[in-house]
Amino acid sequence: MARKDINQSFKVEDNGKICILADLRRGGPPRMLEGLTEAVKAIEGDRIEIDLSELDKMDSLGASLLAELAVRSRVMSKNINFTGISENVEKGLARYYFPSPSVRLPKKFYSYVEALGQKIVNFWEDAGDLLLLVSETVYWSVVTLWRGDGHRKGGIEAQALSIGVGALPVVALIAFLIGLILALQSAEQLRQFGANIYVADLVAISMTTEMGPLMTAILLAGRSGSAIAAEIATMQVNEEIDALRVMGLNPIRYVVVPKVWGILITAPLLSIMSVVIGITGGLIIAVTSLDLTPRAYFLEAATSLFLIDIIAGFVKSLVFAFLIVILAAYFGFRVKGGPEGVGRVTTASVVASIFAVIMADAALGLLFYM
Amino acid sequence: MTNNSSNIPNEPLARVTNLTAAYQDRVVLENVSLDVIPGEILVILGTSGCGKTTLLKHFIGLMKPAEGNVELFGEDWWLLDEPERESIIQRIGVLFQNGALLGSRSMGANVAVPLEQHTNLPDTVIDRVVKMKLRKVGLRGMEKLLPSELSGGMRKRAALARAMALDPPLIFCDEPSAGLDPATTYNLDRLLLDLRDNLGLTMVVVTHETASIRRIADRIAFLDEGKLIFTGPLEDALTTDIEPVSEFFKMAGESVNS
Repeated sequence: MARKDINQSFKVEDNGKICILADLRRGGPPRMLEGLTEAVKAIEGDRIEIDLSELDKMDSLGASLLAELAVRSRVMSKNINFTGISENVEKGLARYYFPSPSVRLPKKFYSYVEALGQKIVNFWEDAGDLLLLVSETVYWSVVTLWRGDGHRKGGIEAQALSIGVGALPVVALIAFLIGLILALQSAEQLRQFGANIYVADLVAISMTTEMGPLMTAILLAGRSGSAIAAEIATMQVNEEIDALRVMGLNPIRYVVVPKVWGILITAPLLSIMSVVIGITGGLIIAVTSLDLTPRAYFLEAATSLFLIDIIAGFVKSLVFAFLIVILAAYFGFRVKGGPEGVGRVTTASVVASIFAVIMADAALGLLFYM
Repeated sequence: MTNNSSNIPNEPLARVTNLTAAYQDRVVLENVSLDVIPGEILVILGTSGCGKTTLLKHFIGLMKPAEGNVELFGEDWWLLDEPERESIIQRIGVLFQNGALLGSRSMGANVAVPLEQHTNLPDTVIDRVVKMKLRKVGLRGMEKLLPSELSGGMRKRAALARAMALDPPLIFCDEPSAGLDPATTYNLDRLLLDLRDNLGLTMVVVTHETASIRRIADRIAFLDEGKLIFTGPLEDALTTDIEPVSEFFKMAGESVNS
């Protein structure tokens, strides 16, 4: 098909003259330029005549196409000149035909080794920034404990409220469903061995040590981590962070620390709640399809848990919470390029914090149970 | 510390010497030296992208110079330790391009930030000061409103009130009239002049609104492609034959057809 189009849009005469047949306005038919380039290449001799007598109008797109053709021909050390130019076409060419070589910015060339080196350097610098942020945040968080939360009265309480209370319903619902699903999926297997009662152990332990803190953290990352990253990035873009600096306020202390304490207070509470609700969710299945009494279920759940399980869950929820705030702040402060950068860093922060939370979960799991 | 030095006339309140600044490989400021004389309104001028805002950021300590020195009240900013910087910072006010008010705090709370940070005043006194500052910029009774509930011009005036909260002798303004209509710009300019005349403030203003420049400028510093090509009184700037400067003023008054 394309071939035919080209054939119809121009023809090459025996004496090496190219006659343009198609209207070149809007750039002509598809693949016009490629066809013409091929034709120019095929013609012998270094002077090529292009007949425009069939055209009666010329716009900027058509003229630019001819200009590009002229440049390409010059690269092949051939010169093209136009004949049969009507008055209208002449006008169009005078306005829009500029066959100067297209200016292409010199591409910065990296060899693979250089690129790799640059990546490592960047990574190193980013890691340094992150460490700096962590150390400053920890420092100011601790200082805040005995010097008060600076000059933002009620900052911590407000953050705890917005991070914690707002997340209650969704964390509760997810925990309930997770508990339910855990019990549901294992019910059939356990019944085959007559080990119905162990559903309580299974749900209790996995909720306490894994699912409770993990699901809470993932929800917090999506809900509060993104909000924190967006807030800080917006402040950065609006120069509010600069304003804080020139007013002598430490942005980390003013913005990040209340959020750190807010989430450190609420995340474990949310985790505890999700564990309780998750175990209750398991109860529904235990009672309805495994013929257990609630009393037996709770007794078994209670005896199955050791102190280390509860400590592991608690430590995990604290670590996850800290990771979420730190990564959100890190990406928030890194924002570049105005409002559209805010969306970018927000996405990046959520992805990074969920990744970090799961990595930390694996690491802590190994630490506590190896 | 050196509180006295600022009282001697002609001793600059702020000064950059041989300042060079670069983002990665791109040089933005090249060997710029500039003094800010007490009691003047110094307008930093130049076409877009010539490094005005970068120069301002160096003045207020937000950017560290690649080369050269920045002095505020006779002290080299980057040689100071934390408490000394803290004391310098209380003596400058900054009006950012879009006000940079803290979005989560009310107007009044925004103006109160520097007061809460740097003084031990009881809340009732802070309230009083906040009200006074807001009245000064014509925002009487608006302390409960959030920045998002105000117009651009009001936000800038509120930001000016915040910049003046601690009565600093030196105020930096980054494009105070950007995005404002001529009437609002006029009022803001009058406010700046009033502050200079009645409170004796020194101001460094980055702008490219010629109407505004003619009204407020005592002295002009003209940047062109990162180089300081002209410094002098407004009248000299209007009559100089240094090309980019004369072009700037000429073109501002010309219609496109001529």
